[in-house]
Amino acid sequence: MRSGSNLEQALESGRFAVTAEIGPPRSASAERIRTHARQMKGCADAFNLTDNQTAMSRMSSIACAVVLLQDGLEPVVQMTCRDRNRIALQGDVLGASALGVRNILCLSGDHQTFGSMKEAKNVYDLDSIQLLMVLRRMRDEGKLWSGDELEVAPKLFLGAAANPFADPFEYRVIRLAKKIKAGADFIQTQSIYDMQRFERWMSLVREKGLHQKVHILAGVMPLKSHKTALYMKNKVSGMCVPDSIIDRLRRASDPKEEGIQMCVEQIQHLRDIEGIRGVHIMAPAWEEKVPEIVRRAGLSSIS
Amino acid sequence: MIVGEQKPLEEIFRMLSGHERILVAGCRSCVAVCHAGGEKEVSILAEALRLRASLANHPWKVEEITVERQCEREWVEAMGPLVKGKDAVLSLACGVGAQTVQVLYPRIRVLPGLNTSHMGAPDMPGVFVEKCGGCGDCLLHLTGGICPIARCAKSLLNGPCGGSQNGRCEISPEVPCAWDQIVRSLEAMGRSDLLEEPIPPKSWLTARDGGPRRTVIPTAVISEEQRKMKGERP
Repeated sequence: MRSGSNLEQALESGRFAVTAEIGPPRSASAERIRTHARQMKGCADAFNLTDNQTAMSRMSSIACAVVLLQDGLEPVVQMTCRDRNRIALQGDVLGASALGVRNILCLSGDHQTFGSMKEAKNVYDLDSIQLLMVLRRMRDEGKLWSGDELEVAPKLFLGAAANPFADPFEYRVIRLAKKIKAGADFIQTQSIYDMQRFERWMSLVREKGLHQKVHILAGVMPLKSHKTALYMKNKVSGMCVPDSIIDRLRRASDPKEEGIQMCVEQIQHLRDIEGIRGVHIMAPAWEEKVPEIVRRAGLSSIS
Repeated sequence: MIVGEQKPLEEIFRMLSGHERILVAGCRSCVAVCHAGGEKEVSILAEALRLRASLANHPWKVEEITVERQCEREWVEAMGPLVKGKDAVLSLACGVGAQTVQVLYPRIRVLPGLNTSHMGAPDMPGVFVEKCGGCGDCLLHLTGGICPIARCAKSLLNGPCGGSQNGRCEISPEVPCAWDQIVRSLEAMGRSDLLEEPIPPKSWLTARDGGPRRTVIPTAVISEEQRKMKGERP
């Protein structure tokens, strides 16, 4: 065990793991995080906390993670390279580890032009792959990237993202391999709607044996209406939403129920794909639905 | 080349208020190529200032000059007779040129008539695209001849982020994804293998982050004695 986290234990034991996402509030109060924690406790092995998602300042992912820990939930802290340089990132990881955080997801981060402070200066001192390299050295060698020894090394389970729906398509598998080489223990994918393309990607992943080297959690996101689906298709970068999904939601008498049902079906489908070791459920501003999705998908074996 | 754009006229007018004798100084190098600060632009702007002066009753007396390179002392020294007696030099050179003028004429206010945009090249007539980030440690041999520092919105060194689609960057469909171009370029030259090895964190010491940079070419440095012989100031 590298970190001893629940998530690591679940994945190492071979049990189909579940992670879910919680969006930190644009607030100085942690009340909403506590509400989500009460609603979601027990429905997933660990909970991702996004890091200034869509380049908008929110409560820090590490602070939210500590709130979750206080309530007995296990966090996955997302860290983006957009806002901090290697000095701040390493310092934050030491602090997070001291406070009990074990799972860290390394991301480059949405460009700041997506947020409400487009004029901000970005950092990108490291990219996501370099962040993995840096954190792995901290964990395995007990050293900062500079080579300075740490008194106590952090215990970390390192994650990264993969987006099979971004281009160039063939390169996406090379990039996954690179992330594994750099230190990724687990992967969470972008939300999957185009199952055909995802399967094509997974078969390339298996061809290279990458599914044996890293735990892949497939990303899903329930849609509330055909308008949300259209928005995802047209406005969110790196997303593929097939028209059949948009049509199905448009025709539905209860689009929200249809969205949940579709998500449940997707999870059941993904469970049967060789090499998928778990599912990552993202329901921004719809977190309360996650327990129902987990139950209906028959993922009830979570501790 | 250095690409610059003329500041909006209203901004230039505001900068010039309170001044009387003005020299508009152009540069025949980079900024002339990007139609921002060459002889032609100098004469158009000078004319605009004269027109504005007569319409708005400004006391502006405007003269003009364009030198070969405003970033080099020798050319800027030659401006001396025209600079003499002026309140302000409105420099249509890049920021480097404007600063060279300021160093040589410390009592005169040098005002920037251009915004220095980036280091780029003409992509098609009238369109100039940033090509180099000036990081001081070139990686083009690893990236198919395309600079990810300047041309990727996130300066990523290990491939396209999850926002790259159909060869476009996530920040705008107008912006090509540099990494999409890198992947294609390396494929075309049969060097896709270069994509597989993670590139470790870069040293930014040679970039702006390491402080203002200075380049010394030992063979070109002249001795104190030679400088005296040339009559240069110490």
